[in-house]
Amino acid sequence: MALPAHIASSPSAAPSRMPVYAVVGNPNCGKSTLFNALTGLKQKVGNYPGVTVEKKVGTTYSQHGQPITVIDLPGAYSLAARSPDEAVTRDVLLGRRPDTPQPDRILCVVDATNLERNLYLVHQILDLGRPVILVLNMMDLAVTQGLDIRVARLEHELGVPVIPCEAVNGKGVIDLKLAMSRADLPLSKHAWTIPAKIAPAVADLQASLVAHDGKAPLIARAEALLLLTDQDSVRVAGSQPLHAKTQESLAKWEKQWDAEGTDWAAMLVNSRYDTIGEIAEKVVLRSTAVNGVTVSDRIDAVVTHPMWGWLILGGIMTLLFVSIFTLAEYPMNWIDAHLSGLSEWVKGNMSAGDLRDLITDGAIAGVGVVVMFLPQILILFFFIGLLESTGYMARAAFIMDRLMSRVGLNGKSFIPLLSSYACAIPGIMATRTIEQQKDRIVTILVAPLMSCSARLPVYLLMIAALLPSDRVPALDKVGLMLLMYFLGTFGAFGFAWLFKRTLLKGEPPVMIMELPPYHLPRMKDVALHMLERAWVFLRRAGTVILGISIVLWFLTAYPKPPEGASAAQRVEYSFAGRAGHVIEPLIKPLGFDWRIGIGLVSSFVAREVFVSATAVVFNVENFEGGKNADVAPLRQVLRSAKWPDGRALFTPLVCLTLMIYYVFAMQCLSTVAVVKRETNSWRWPLFQIAYMTGTAWIVCFLVYHGGRMLGY
Amino acid sequence: MSQATKLSELAVGATATVREFPKNGAAFLRLREMGLLTGTKVTLVRTAPLGDPIEIKVRGYHLTLRKSDAEHVLVEPAA
Repeated sequence: MALPAHIASSPSAAPSRMPVYAVVGNPNCGKSTLFNALTGLKQKVGNYPGVTVEKKVGTTYSQHGQPITVIDLPGAYSLAARSPDEAVTRDVLLGRRPDTPQPDRILCVVDATNLERNLYLVHQILDLGRPVILVLNMMDLAVTQGLDIRVARLEHELGVPVIPCEAVNGKGVIDLKLAMSRADLPLSKHAWTIPAKIAPAVADLQASLVAHDGKAPLIARAEALLLLTDQDSVRVAGSQPLHAKTQESLAKWEKQWDAEGTDWAAMLVNSRYDTIGEIAEKVVLRSTAVNGVTVSDRIDAVVTHPMWGWLILGGIMTLLFVSIFTLAEYPMNWIDAHLSGLSEWVKGNMSAGDLRDLITDGAIAGVGVVVMFLPQILILFFFIGLLESTGYMARAAFIMDRLMSRVGLNGKSFIPLLSSYACAIPGIMATRTIEQQKDRIVTILVAPLMSCSARLPVYLLMIAALLPSDRVPALDKVGLMLLMYFLGTFGAFGFAWLFKRTLLKGEPPVMIMELPPYHLPRMKDVALHMLERAWVFLRRAGTVILGISIVLWFLTAYPKPPEGASAAQRVEYSFAGRAGHVIEPLIKPLGFDWRIGIGLVSSFVAREVFVSATAVVFNVENFEGGKNADVAPLRQVLRSAKWPDGRALFTPLVCLTLMIYYVFAMQCLSTVAVVKRETNSWRWPLFQIAYMTGTAWIVCFLVYHGGRMLGY
Repeated sequence: MSQATKLSELAVGATATVREFPKNGAAFLRLREMGLLTGTKVTLVRTAPLGDPIEIKVRGYHLTLRKSDAEHVLVEPAA
């Protein structure tokens, strides 16, 4: 491709190193869509070390085909961070993070329909003294709303290139790339007057930051301004603590202002907004008086209506669950069939031995556990992405906030908890939208108590063993099932309430949230988001699960029993079988024997494994596991299972107790792996295993002995 | 001049001007940074189905906050 003459001829057009760009903007400004439009599929998604904030780095190409690195920073309203996400944005921009180089240039994305508030962050960023390109996104919506934005005037006022853009359909992206390719991006000449009362303090702090903290003068000024509004800047992860002299100087000024009654933080914010207001007045013209009711307003009148609001929320959630359970079934059966096919193929083509068993019963089975739930996880991620991208997520939080506040959480915990009814993994991964770290951890801790779909096979087996299908009305089974869901939900909210009052007592919950205008979902972004999340799950959780599955296989295969042992005897002889015996004293008070114990131990990897493990232990021949397992033969065996003294093992009470055990106990390796990743330590997943399984034991103990006393 | 009232007690659909804002508290700094300042016009759009939180319109966009925060913001309803 021939290059435009003015670029090709310019000697400085191809610098030796292409600048690194950071994309910054408020949440909901279309930043991610623009980032996707710039980089396409050339993205790497990871994590910032030490915090659970997603790190997205992509590559775009300059007009002369050179790769440009683009970092997509988390959405932020201000550099005075209030969430881990915003802290990362601030720290990367200020060059405080050792793991990410300070970006050379900054792309500020703003929502053209909401210029004033979006310019607040831009205004802070101009203080950093880096070249900035302003991307005026959603220009089409601004026009529909009757806003006439004079781009040239804005460019003049801010002194930076301004590119009008519609990221959704790619308009303006070429212009943006052209601007990004420029070798000579100007520094903003925009200057604002720091309020007179505060200016000397900023000068003081700046001098101290240069002299004692080793900051460059321009960054030092930005840091000084931030120190006056960012209450968290002194002790933030990844940044050096301030020098004592600087802290002293800050304390001195704050004391003086307090004595005078000067509200310095408010002064700074007001002064920025005054400047922005002046700019907006010159730049934004309201061409027509469309200042009336927008489409979003009309949708909201229904969606947040005291009656329709609940019906719509209920309808959307029902649709979500129906589609998860019906749509996911086909790929799950397909995966199941192919994995057993693969397993058969290996069995047919390898000579019998430990290596073959390791591959079929360890590796393939382990992969199966991970992959089996992938369809459900994908569908859930898709729905969560859809709810986020349309703007409905914020409405659900708005509607549910009051209820969630009863247990000390806010509305943003609602969707993660609800998703956990299908699978806790996407639920836990969706907690990243919760700003307060403590609320987020509480939500993660209780999410696995919501009865997920992996519990269903266990419930169904126990109900089958408990209630002979021919004599009991279907209603009783449904009632029993609902009871389990109720117990899990009640447990989740009860523990959330408890944790918020004890372990994770925090500041009073804050719920300040933008309700963005509704958008048609951008399917490409939703799909991309879904795939990213699924990949993260497969890569991080998958490796842990595969490893532990192999260990568990080893425990059920070794040591080898004497020749001629049946499958059940082999299991009993193995480490797992011995573990079953060892824990029998622990679970006997719940009415469980060592054989159930083996089921509990081996289903620690995933709850539904209990069914197939039980089949092996109770020596059910030719039992076909999997999702469509016919439990009838297994049921017969379970109903005739006895204690050594001849008492029936699976009494109705024991079946019920076992179901309750699965409501509360933490029996899911994938969740443990994801919690470890999302909380960045082993502390929380281990605590979670302890409290959930502990609760399971106590509740089961009470139910079993209570039931016995009542004569069951 | 009409009487100052709490933002949490503003009638649905009413527009008012912010008169007083608490000095302390991270929540209020954030509200300021999102453009809710002394002198800013706000409209109370609606309350959530269960009565809390409230939704306001400020600088052309919609923001939700809890009544427990809004009651510290004093506003003066437009005549």
